[in-house]
Amino acid sequence: MSPVNIGTALREVSPAVATADAVDTRVRRAAASTRWSAAAFLAPLLLYLAIFYAYPLYRNIELSLKAYTVRSFVQGNAPFAGLDNYIDVFTSPTFGPALSHTATFTVVSIVFQFGIGLALAVFFHSGFRLSGTLRALFLVPWLLPLIVSASTWSWMLNSDSGIVNAALTAMGMPQINWLTSPDWSLVAVLIANIWIGVPFNLVILYSGLQGISTDVYEAAAIDGANAWQKFWRITLPLLRPVSAITILLGLVYTLKVFDIIWIMTKGGPAGSSTTLATWTYQLGFGSVLPDFGPAAAIGNLLIVLAVVFGFIYIPVQSRQENQ
Amino acid sequence: MFYKKSIQTRSAAVLALAVLAGGGLAGCASGPSQATSAASSEFTFWDPYPQYDATSAWAGSIDKCGSEAGATIKRTAYDTSDLTSKALLAGQQGSSPDVLLVDNPVVSTLAEAGVLTSAKDSGLDASHTQANLLAAGEIDGDAFGVPIGANTLALYYNPKVLEAAGVDATSVTDWASLNAALEKVKASGKKGITFSAVGTEEGSFQFLPWFWGSGAQLDDLSSSDAVSALALWTDWIKQGHAPNSVINNTQTTSWQEFMAGDFAFAENGTWQKADAAKAGYKVMPIPAKSGGAAAAPTGGEFLTIPVQKETARYETSKKIIACLTNASNVVATDNTLNYIAPTEEAQKAQLAADATLKPWIDAVAAAKGRTSDNLGTKYPKISEQLWTAVQASVTGSASPQDAAKTAQTAAAAATK
Repeated sequence: MSPVNIGTALREVSPAVATADAVDTRVRRAAASTRWSAAAFLAPLLLYLAIFYAYPLYRNIELSLKAYTVRSFVQGNAPFAGLDNYIDVFTSPTFGPALSHTATFTVVSIVFQFGIGLALAVFFHSGFRLSGTLRALFLVPWLLPLIVSASTWSWMLNSDSGIVNAALTAMGMPQINWLTSPDWSLVAVLIANIWIGVPFNLVILYSGLQGISTDVYEAAAIDGANAWQKFWRITLPLLRPVSAITILLGLVYTLKVFDIIWIMTKGGPAGSSTTLATWTYQLGFGSVLPDFGPAAAIGNLLIVLAVVFGFIYIPVQSRQENQ
Repeated sequence: MFYKKSIQTRSAAVLALAVLAGGGLAGCASGPSQATSAASSEFTFWDPYPQYDATSAWAGSIDKCGSEAGATIKRTAYDTSDLTSKALLAGQQGSSPDVLLVDNPVVSTLAEAGVLTSAKDSGLDASHTQANLLAAGEIDGDAFGVPIGANTLALYYNPKVLEAAGVDATSVTDWASLNAALEKVKASGKKGITFSAVGTEEGSFQFLPWFWGSGAQLDDLSSSDAVSALALWTDWIKQGHAPNSVINNTQTTSWQEFMAGDFAFAENGTWQKADAAKAGYKVMPIPAKSGGAAAAPTGGEFLTIPVQKETARYETSKKIIACLTNASNVVATDNTLNYIAPTEEAQKAQLAADATLKPWIDAVAAAKGRTSDNLGTKYPKISEQLWTAVQASVTGSASPQDAAKTAQTAAAAATK
């Protein structure tokens, strides 16, 4: 039973108890024991939430409000610094680029992941022979550990010995310093991230397509609609609820992508692929001398951004459930 | 043992994050355990050598030194990058190990945090150690540990490539002759030099021999000497002497490039010497701008005594360290770790057994700790600006002058 159901169950029980003056004590005792067992069911979850969500979150906020040095971290007497860490972060020359890289990375990733995912979903939905096998193969990027796929991408995009540059040179094009040029590093990590994100979009959108009744398409075919019209007038509008969820989940997920960028470029060269996620890691753990305060401040900023998207997600989802 | 594990670093750090997040909780639990172990003769020993298990010679010599000092030792090995945060957390919770073996640039950070005892307080004898090695663990003249061994950087070269290009390796004595050699190598159709200019501490580590070799000092990143070192690397990449991939290469990947056999030179560390000897590659000191060997940064770990509630324990910890660093034990340890011993006596013993160590012993004698010159905890801040300047300059996103100026401004602000 989910916690939400227990909550509703409790609420449904209470009025019944309140209105029943004539009800004998046996029923009341039964109600009380229901309440106790409900609380017992709830306790592990609350404890879990408190230990693994509330406390770390509280610690992160506390870290971001204090002026930590290694000394005060060990002695536990860091002075309260108010919003100094946040001011430091916002006025840092790294902040502007990191924010714009994060925005570019997220938006471009989502646009391409969704576009390619949708195209592939529609393609596989036509159900030709071997489409199941091919679709399964498309899931491989999703199944690979990120460390494997990101390392493979960084080998392929190596300036001097990478296969991508070898192909470009063979076609008579100049070699591109994918990972080592400040103009290209963000593009390189974007390509890898798009490749990794396509299967997720494909799977969700494909299942969304299966939910659209074939009757609609048959009716459209009788009315003389061509494939293009069917896509724009039927597939896309009927897929809208699924699309909204896919995009919102993608936003929250892409916002905090860290592994791919760190493995491929370490946020470099010269900060050209630094996002908020890599910056917070860089400050907290990237050097011998950790800078916990500002690192926590950026972490909180990321949480706020993700929560904003989360708040958009909740009404969208509940609207769909009501439909 | 410097940076061979970019992959583990990440997972270790993620773990550290998790540990940090739950740090306060663990603190409540592990506080009292210190009190019970304090009374016992069990001594805790942390080191960054997870590659050596309980059956290894290293673990054996720890046990032996422990029993000689009348103690049983409980050894725990952590990944290098993990050990720093573990030591800091243990310090915070009052559960530090009795003896801590830790990477040398971390010593001053831990000392600054108040986690380590100075040799003056614990009575640790550091007098036999080479002064330039000891300096990495000194703050205001107080030593906070003794090195167990040292490694450093030098210039490996491929005699076949040099011969084909008509370059005499002994002619490479300064930057001008090195550049001339690189020109000849390029003309012969081979590749010049490979190193790591990656945007992490590893990049600073590799840049320092050229930085110091130019005459520059870490307290002024924008001096004309510093700019000349930045320009040297930038020009190599611009002229094709060094591959563009150095900007993203770690020391390990740049070494793999060199092992492919097409490069004339590679800047790398003592830990590759066995690999190089197998391939027939030779080694020379990194030349300074106007001749002579440039100072390269030292790598290697320090044995330290973390602060304990019960100060009587220092006596035994001291004995364990003295035993581990006596000439015969330290030679055996350093041979397995590919380190050069930190004392003259032990170096002589190493050299007697293996004459090819001569260039490395010289290089270690000329080397310099990154946290030396009393920089201590300022070093990490300066280093971050240094590698940022290197990245900005070699990628062409700023001129060497501008990159150096920006770095100095930022470093001065961060260390004031």
